[in-house]
Amino acid sequence: MPNNFPFSAIVGQDQMKQAMILTAIDPTIGGVLVFGDRGTGKSTAVRALAALLPEISVIDGCPVNSEFSREVPDWAQNVSKTSVMRQTPVVDLPLGVSEDRVTGALDIERALTKGEKAFQPGLLARANRGYLYIDEVNLLEDHIVDLLLDVAQSGENLVEREGLSIRHAAKFVLVGSGNPEEGELRPQLLDRFGLSVEVSSPADIEQRVSVIERRDAFERNPKKFIQKWAPEEAKVRNAILAARAALKSIKSPKKILRDCAELCVNLGADGLRGELTLLRASRALAAYEGKPTVENTHLRSIAPLALSHRLRRDPLDEAGSGARVERAVSEILG
Amino acid sequence: MTRGEHIWTQVQLALHLLALDPQGLKGAVFRVRAGPVRDRLLSMIRMIAGPTTRLHPNMTDEQFYGGVDVVATIANGRLSMTTGLLQRSGWFELTMAERVPLQTAARLCQAMDQGTISPFIALDEGVDGEAVPQSLRERLAFYFDLSDLHHSDTDLQIPEGAAGTELASASVKDMRTLSLLAESFGISSMRAPLLALNVAKANAMANTRASVEAEDLEIGAELVFPSRATQIPQASDGDDPPPPPQNDNADEDEGDPSGTGLDLPNEILIDAVKALLPEDFLETLKLQKSRAKTAGIGFGTQTKSKTRGRPKPPRKGKLDGQNRIDVVATLRAAAPFQTIRRAHSKTVRPVLIYPDDIHVKRYETRSERVVIFAVDASGSAALARLSEAKGAVELLLAQAYARRDHVALIGFRNSQADLLLPPTRSLVQTKRRLAELPGGGGTPLAMGIKAAGDLAQKCASQGKTPLVVVLTDGRANITLEGTPDRTKAMENAHHIGRWIASSGVRSVMLDVGNRPNQALEHVARDMQASYFALPRANAQSISKTIGAELEI
Repeated sequence: MPNNFPFSAIVGQDQMKQAMILTAIDPTIGGVLVFGDRGTGKSTAVRALAALLPEISVIDGCPVNSEFSREVPDWAQNVSKTSVMRQTPVVDLPLGVSEDRVTGALDIERALTKGEKAFQPGLLARANRGYLYIDEVNLLEDHIVDLLLDVAQSGENLVEREGLSIRHAAKFVLVGSGNPEEGELRPQLLDRFGLSVEVSSPADIEQRVSVIERRDAFERNPKKFIQKWAPEEAKVRNAILAARAALKSIKSPKKILRDCAELCVNLGADGLRGELTLLRASRALAAYEGKPTVENTHLRSIAPLALSHRLRRDPLDEAGSGARVERAVSEILG
Repeated sequence: MTRGEHIWTQVQLALHLLALDPQGLKGAVFRVRAGPVRDRLLSMIRMIAGPTTRLHPNMTDEQFYGGVDVVATIANGRLSMTTGLLQRSGWFELTMAERVPLQTAARLCQAMDQGTISPFIALDEGVDGEAVPQSLRERLAFYFDLSDLHHSDTDLQIPEGAAGTELASASVKDMRTLSLLAESFGISSMRAPLLALNVAKANAMANTRASVEAEDLEIGAELVFPSRATQIPQASDGDDPPPPPQNDNADEDEGDPSGTGLDLPNEILIDAVKALLPEDFLETLKLQKSRAKTAGIGFGTQTKSKTRGRPKPPRKGKLDGQNRIDVVATLRAAAPFQTIRRAHSKTVRPVLIYPDDIHVKRYETRSERVVIFAVDASGSAALARLSEAKGAVELLLAQAYARRDHVALIGFRNSQADLLLPPTRSLVQTKRRLAELPGGGGTPLAMGIKAAGDLAQKCASQGKTPLVVVLTDGRANITLEGTPDRTKAMENAHHIGRWIASSGVRSVMLDVGNRPNQALEHVARDMQASYFALPRANAQSISKTIGAELEI
């Protein structure tokens, strides 16, 4: 991707940035959903993520970015034995995308010219071990949404069509963004996102000015701007790497687990995904902050991100789910 | 200079600047119907830009992004791709922009964000409620409403003079000025001040200045802010009391000052923008406030398409330009006959495909339903019932994900019936609009039913299945003409009821009066509507009744 606006240069929007960093530390948290008004830097942040993330080691030429030779799918061709370092893939899923492009399909060129039956991998293959970004996720066509749900759930893409029978790993972090005024997201898909963030444009005039200032500087000379922010980017990247290393040793006391469960019960969040996400994200946050154990403060700051989109929607409740989560947090965590 | 001429000079300037900095300014929206003014505009764009790439709202992805060229592929035995229109360079022109489905708009926005399709000109030919999708309009720097311009206001001059070679630079102070200004006009998006800044920079460049000056800022603010303003800033010395709501004098100040009174930027800038606000700004502002906070059109206007939906098995068919070929099914059909065909064919091609083999793709879209509520908001129907109706709408909408239903709401009282909520599936939008549903006054039953019927027909023409739900106590006392006359009002209601029945729209009549009203039942019979008396209707029971009706 050519010249992206640096992630660390984004003014404000701390929740959104935090959520994205947490999924980079622990991809099992699930995806991030960013909902908000227009012109708040949603797309900018996601596109900036690619440059920020640490590189991963992949087998050269592997269509699904496998780390080891034994993981390379048998249908792949022209795969070498050597590993190379690559940027973490951040794959854009355009709205109008066809099912073939997402799952992969029969390679038409080879079918027509050589009469061979070969598989042409799709976007899901490319997104393996990386991020799959859907802008305007609430406008995505239903049959594509169903398909994504299925794959995101199982971490495996299964293609049974046109006489092909193929499976390959497709573990990715879903990042969706959208504007709630243009349509709602189905609850099934909402639940699949680990964290959800609502963004709005900055209200503070100084912040607004610095948004414009940085954007202007970036548009004027992208290279120079990116260079200027490189140290800051490296800092975040190193912190992510350090947190990943520390993640395994982070302790979560019984008391914290109990609090997690109590929060979810109190809010009536469906399923157990809420608790798990809350715990995982809190752990990642503790690791990012360099703490050895998960503390109450972590739960407190993660709870709105992890739970507010999982509540049973009560159409007659005017306050919105954010307020309900806050109420429950202050009740249980004191 | 008349107002029209002034607007036209601005249009000329905008196009000129657009040519100087297409990346920064992205493009413009022109609201103009077919006519001499539009012709002038188009010929001016041609003069500046040369030939443009024309887009129309119903283009497919294949046209946008390119795809497999089936004919060439089969003819050559080699994969041939077509190039998409969006890959071209130069100016883009989107006609009938008000008809763009949200999905297509999103695709255009994506391309716009990547900077590949600027300058982009959107021609909005909408009437009344129709408008360019907000997401598109938001990204383009300029918006001009040319519908009131007269032919004599226009000419074909292009601003002249040698422009500089580089964009001018702007100081932090300039940025602050524009941010403050944007805020004082109630513009929350960060794109507006950025675009204004880019306009200022381009204008400085056009005048061969190295840095942005006050004059450039003024141009930037004038060209970008008026169309996005949501409030008029309070003048810092404003001691007039807020005008009564009926006052539409644009010189008066309205809107909350939001605490910016002290550090307002340059008064001159404010006045410059203010002068350019549309004449009926206050009026439209009020409308927006009572009807909708934003002009987001929700999911409701999406129309059915032959090229979308769940795929069904391909079928033999002809390529008529509307359907798409299913390459694999076609090949599969041709495969068994290859040996025979090769024996009889002189051409040496890897695959021999006959027209008979062509299979086309088929898709299935479920027809979407629209539940249109016509709610009696009159004094007799009591405010409590109105809020139950609101609750019912929201409850129905909450279930709408599963049933794929859209919901619309019409409120009728006094001498008017207003579309308070255009067909939508967005809960957020609904809540915002319903919160402001006013109540009280007479009962123009006929008018309410008619408004619902009109909307139903519009929805039907978009391929949706409408269901009209009327909530009233049936004490009609306002006629279709808006005059108070109890007998005639009832007559009108019967009349309109028969019209609904003849147009084949399904309807439900919910009697929410304290006692069942026989007259209303007769109206319902004329409408061929199912009649339910729900004396102590609450949100749950209303939504249950309608839910049951929908299952039929």
